[in-house]
Amino acid sequence: MKTILSGNEAIARGFIEAGGKLVSSYPGTPSTEVTETLSSEYKDKDIHVEWATNEKVALEVVIGGSLSGVRSMACMKHVGVNVAADPLLTAAYTGVNGGLVLFVADDPGMFSSQNEQDSRHYARFAKIPCVEPSDSQEAKDFLKLAFEISEQFDTPVLFRTTTRVSHCKSVVSLTEPIKVEAKEFVKDFAKYVMLPSNAQKRHVFVEERMQRLKEFAETTSLNVEIEGSDEIGFITNGISFQYVREAFPQASVLKLGLTWPLPEKKIRKFASKVKKLAVIEELDPVFEDTIKAMGIHVDIGKNVLPICGEFSKNLLYEKVTGNKVMLKEPVSGLTRRPPTLCPGCSHRGLFTTLSKLKYFVSGDIGCYTLGGLPPFSALHTCICMGASISAAHGIAKGLELQGIKQKPIAVIGDSTFLHSGITGLINMVYNNGDAIVVIMNNDTTGMTGGQEHPGTGRTATGKETVKLSIEKLCQTIGAKRIRNIDTYNLKELEKIFKEEMESEGPSVLISNQPCVLRYRVAKKPLKVNKEKCTACKMCLKVGCVALSLFEEGDTKFVQIDPLLCNGCTVCQQQCKFEAIEGGMV
Amino acid sequence: MSVFNIVIAGVGGQGVLLTSKIIAESALQHGFDVKQSEVHGMAQRGGSVVSFVRFGEKVYAPMVSEGEADLLIGFEPVETARYLHYLKDSGNVIYNTYRMSSITVSIGAEKYPENIDEIIKNHAKHVIPFAGTTLAVEAGDKRALNVVMMGAAMKYLPFEKNSVLEIIKKTVNKKVVDINVKAFELGFNSMK
Repeated sequence: MKTILSGNEAIARGFIEAGGKLVSSYPGTPSTEVTETLSSEYKDKDIHVEWATNEKVALEVVIGGSLSGVRSMACMKHVGVNVAADPLLTAAYTGVNGGLVLFVADDPGMFSSQNEQDSRHYARFAKIPCVEPSDSQEAKDFLKLAFEISEQFDTPVLFRTTTRVSHCKSVVSLTEPIKVEAKEFVKDFAKYVMLPSNAQKRHVFVEERMQRLKEFAETTSLNVEIEGSDEIGFITNGISFQYVREAFPQASVLKLGLTWPLPEKKIRKFASKVKKLAVIEELDPVFEDTIKAMGIHVDIGKNVLPICGEFSKNLLYEKVTGNKVMLKEPVSGLTRRPPTLCPGCSHRGLFTTLSKLKYFVSGDIGCYTLGGLPPFSALHTCICMGASISAAHGIAKGLELQGIKQKPIAVIGDSTFLHSGITGLINMVYNNGDAIVVIMNNDTTGMTGGQEHPGTGRTATGKETVKLSIEKLCQTIGAKRIRNIDTYNLKELEKIFKEEMESEGPSVLISNQPCVLRYRVAKKPLKVNKEKCTACKMCLKVGCVALSLFEEGDTKFVQIDPLLCNGCTVCQQQCKFEAIEGGMV
Repeated sequence: MSVFNIVIAGVGGQGVLLTSKIIAESALQHGFDVKQSEVHGMAQRGGSVVSFVRFGEKVYAPMVSEGEADLLIGFEPVETARYLHYLKDSGNVIYNTYRMSSITVSIGAEKYPENIDEIIKNHAKHVIPFAGTTLAVEAGDKRALNVVMMGAAMKYLPFEKNSVLEIIKKTVNKKVVDINVKAFELGFNSMK
């Protein structure tokens, strides 16, 4: 049967066809839909799918699943592997029982990420194989092969995609799931307990395994040679393969599906057959450096192609041939349309207030990172998941050492807090820190499209479960000043901030307003009374797309688009002339 | 048949991805190879959203290149204009004339280009503007704009009307099938 699947949906299908049993993941664009598909479309299959609190936990759960004997997979975005790096580098030593795959989605071009790291480095670092598909059919089929490789070579396998493979949809032929017997659950001290005496022996095993994998790379069906003209030959992987085929349909191509370790003999033979060798890979020169280290001359690679950003057909054609593609100019003078907080979002009142009070804000990863953009410009550092609280603590201590008394504000969402903000808060309380921590609990993992977490009281498959109380958790940690805030009430919010600024010791402010997108909160739209509006633009400071300034002859006034307005009243509270009507305030 | 290239542009939340999905499913139904690309996550939050659909005998790259599009489906005038350079000379444009403020306009940092309809007309040979949002509201829900756009796009697509309608019925939420069927018909008839 043929159907259209995104790369991520195909990976989910591949997991089922491969007889996979256990999945543990943390949401992150562009990786999220694998776990979402498994937890919705395939939840009736005999599998366990869960959202873990973070990527380290997810991978450890999956290591446990593998140890128990079943095929297991952890899913995450590229930066998630940094969090999971600790278990990964030692799981490479213990190897597996049931097959173990770590699925990671990289984001060249940074559509929705804070960095552009190339996760293939982790395969090299951990000394494990890396498998990369170039479309949805391969995403499904290669995942099945990845599980076979994992069990055959006793190794975790890194299964890597990029945004364009994960989110592009293409035609996939489905096959029936295979029956996989669970491996026997055994105690094996020498293999699974990484005391130095055991780990020393396992390290030798890892090095020998890499030699066997190199031999395997020469013969595996994952690496394919397409014969063509001998003028130029391309070595490429993933989505770049598709661009190469479009831009140079006649050329010879060595397409790598097993992208670590590389097939040295195959590459040497391919290079000797073509007049010019081109190595085409997005992000870092992982292949190129390795091929050059084999003593093979690379004619075209990062000498002409960029390390930053993603490739395209036109970019490849221009860089490889040196010929400019003649294109029409984009229309100039258009208004930009960057992403923004949804109308009605609970973060709007918070950032309107933080922007007004001009505090230093230590931000985190989530929709609220948008508080850094105009008109708020109210976010002054943002590093990685959970960093808001720990960084704010460091800032406060650093300022204190300089004799400056100023409390920074940390802003973090519920899912991010439970991911790794909690450890930062424990640290701050323990070390007598002095910052204000705002936890924007909107009862979902918002940015990635609304996934469950321990605070929502539902599992990945929607089953009721224990609902964690963020407030009680903060109390248990020992935080003394914990207050609930309503970010839709600007006056009260400002008052609370000013009081907490004057207080001693860390404060925790918790907002419990639901995500308007996930929970479809829709209040009656507000209206502007044209007679009363003075076009002072105070309401525009809330940064809402429902509002815009209009001109009619000499008169200027603000209008509210009733199809967009969510009736949250934040703009209304900014208006000194009572020109915005409707709503509750 | 060579590859048919479609660019679908709009604003996050308008349902661009659903239209793109319906086109891709229809292409498969009609025996074509098809690829579709889109972007999720932060880029979607009220920002500019674009999706590409390519179908034909064999499709490699999932993205349409500049100067290659046979059809541009615009959900909003400025977003339509943003992708006009993707059109080939013989390419067609249909777009919804309902204007949406961007955040840069809402905060007073930029002005919405008043002459946007003229700009679009001047940059492409075959342009059909129409009031898609009005039709969606008439069908019963502003969120049915994506299906109105699908109905309108049928003018240039080599698909059977009934088979597309079946795909729409299977794709949208059961509760709003009637609204969407009406939305499709309104879009379809507006291009007659």
